[in-house]
Amino acid sequence: MPFREVPHTADWALQVWASDLPGLFREAALGMNALAGMQLSEGPRLSRSFHTESPDAESLLVVFLTELIYYAEQEHLGFDQFAIRFEETPNVMRFQVEMSGAPLERINKVIKAVTYHNLAIRSSEDGLNVTIVFDV
Amino acid sequence: MNLNHLIKISDYEWEIPRSYRKDMRVPVRIFASRELLEQVSEDKSLEQAVNATTLPGLVGYVIVMPDVHQGYGFPIGGVAATEYPHGVVSPGAIGYDINCGVRLLASGIPYEAAKPKMDTLATLLYKYCPSGVGSEGVVRVSKEELEHVLRQGSHWALKKGYAAADDIRRTEENGRLAEAAPEQVSERAKQRGREQIGSLGAGNHFIEVDVIEEIFDEQAASTMGLVQGNLAVQIHCGSRGLGHQVCTDYVQSFQSAVKRYGIELPDRELVCAPMDSPEGQAYLGAMRAAANFAFANRQLLAYAARQAFEEAFAQNFKHGWQLTQVYDITHNMGKIETHVIEGRSVKVCVHRKGATRAFGPGTPELPEEYRSIGQPVIIPGSMGTASWVLVGTADSMARSFGSTCHGAGRVMSRAKAKKEVRGELLRNELEHRGIAVRAGSMPGLAEEAPQAYKDVDVVVETVSAVGIARKVARLRPVAIIKG
Repeated sequence: MPFREVPHTADWALQVWASDLPGLFREAALGMNALAGMQLSEGPRLSRSFHTESPDAESLLVVFLTELIYYAEQEHLGFDQFAIRFEETPNVMRFQVEMSGAPLERINKVIKAVTYHNLAIRSSEDGLNVTIVFDV
Repeated sequence: MNLNHLIKISDYEWEIPRSYRKDMRVPVRIFASRELLEQVSEDKSLEQAVNATTLPGLVGYVIVMPDVHQGYGFPIGGVAATEYPHGVVSPGAIGYDINCGVRLLASGIPYEAAKPKMDTLATLLYKYCPSGVGSEGVVRVSKEELEHVLRQGSHWALKKGYAAADDIRRTEENGRLAEAAPEQVSERAKQRGREQIGSLGAGNHFIEVDVIEEIFDEQAASTMGLVQGNLAVQIHCGSRGLGHQVCTDYVQSFQSAVKRYGIELPDRELVCAPMDSPEGQAYLGAMRAAANFAFANRQLLAYAARQAFEEAFAQNFKHGWQLTQVYDITHNMGKIETHVIEGRSVKVCVHRKGATRAFGPGTPELPEEYRSIGQPVIIPGSMGTASWVLVGTADSMARSFGSTCHGAGRVMSRAKAKKEVRGELLRNELEHRGIAVRAGSMPGLAEEAPQAYKDVDVVVETVSAVGIARKVARLRPVAIIKG
């Protein structure tokens, strides 16, 4: 899997990697679902879309994952398929996602928040990687 | 961090001087034994404390408590005071669970007499106090009602019949922070709050029934209504999704505020704004509203716990089954207080993240009966281990902005705890030791295993030796309710 939990004394940290930015966001979402022990029901699929903008990709990542936490907590929905698009201008990055998912069958853990702690999307020969710390 | 960088002040006090890093505005003071310090140096707690010293407007020191552990941005178990009104307020230095805290209720029921009913009591507490992932509360409030909760805190609960007048008097800030601004709380946060008020949630939150095992200060214990051998109840929780959303919203919006105010920080999670700026004022108003929500939340859970005690004990015990409030404290909060710093009286915003207010004797903010003994401080231990009741001291006022530790403090990651401990086995072990356990999630139980935490007795011995709290009573768990 292109994500793994890394040790953190009190909270959760997730390292994610992918070849490009849409892939990184998708794997971050799937990694967060896995950490929370999320299982989707086998009922009818449903979709949601979401868009936002920010000066940098790290902020977009926090906002995107926070949106998923909200859906899980308030609407008991989880998503496992993402069509993600970015549009970049000199001062702003725009993010748009079409998400497909289903009502939650179960979720084991509450994620309180996605933090900015040492959050930096880095490039390497293999693509992009990021470590995200969640407050739990 | 290499401990050679630290200056030893005494056996229990250490300093990271400003010379350690160019961007430090104040030194770091650490209250810890050598043994605890070595434990702390294994994670990023001290580096995070050094990062916290870069916040503009800091006075004195950034304080590190003996239960400190690595957090995100600001260490858990840290205290920092920024001068009011030009200094900054930092949402991340208060935390996502705004006004996470602990309430202690005392009963007149001797444990030995109640023993046959403990299983029933645990089941009733689990039934009456909603817990677990996504749990909904004991009441559902309308939009309009929520505005009252956010402004009035525990006073809303009093008006609705969920509280006694003594509960309010014996709550930090009387259960209501003034100048709360519900209009600065997002609709999304309010939506989360409406469904969750009066619920425990999951994670490290719990309700615990304890037996008062040992008394160290007869006068203080008697003033608080704590009698050796009797049952007491702790309720540990905070502002639920509403508080999480408030912090999330402002950490996000402050990302641009720091640029507007030309503030450079080593970690984006420490983002902040001057208290006298529109952004700072908006956050303070929203944070206070979330804190009031948490006061009301613990009050509703206390109401539910009282129902459980009545049903379990009222028939068998003519007297003593009623739970009286000892105190309710917060350990994630930013508050405007006045402290004497280097000989002058200074109005500051004290950021306590995983640290408890511990006002000493004579403080006018305390209820009259506690003014001679100091503020009660409740220190929950890790699951299955002791908890402590302490009081604040003159030294806590002089040396730590009227603050002390808040718990045991983690030493092991959740991932490692889950690998090393099986929830079912842990539950069996606790039950074997006479502790009734009701938990919604076995992996969640494993994450909170006692071996994942420091020894709370060592932490308490340290704050006691330093003088920033005094021991009153030690509690032993007999029933645990977790989400």
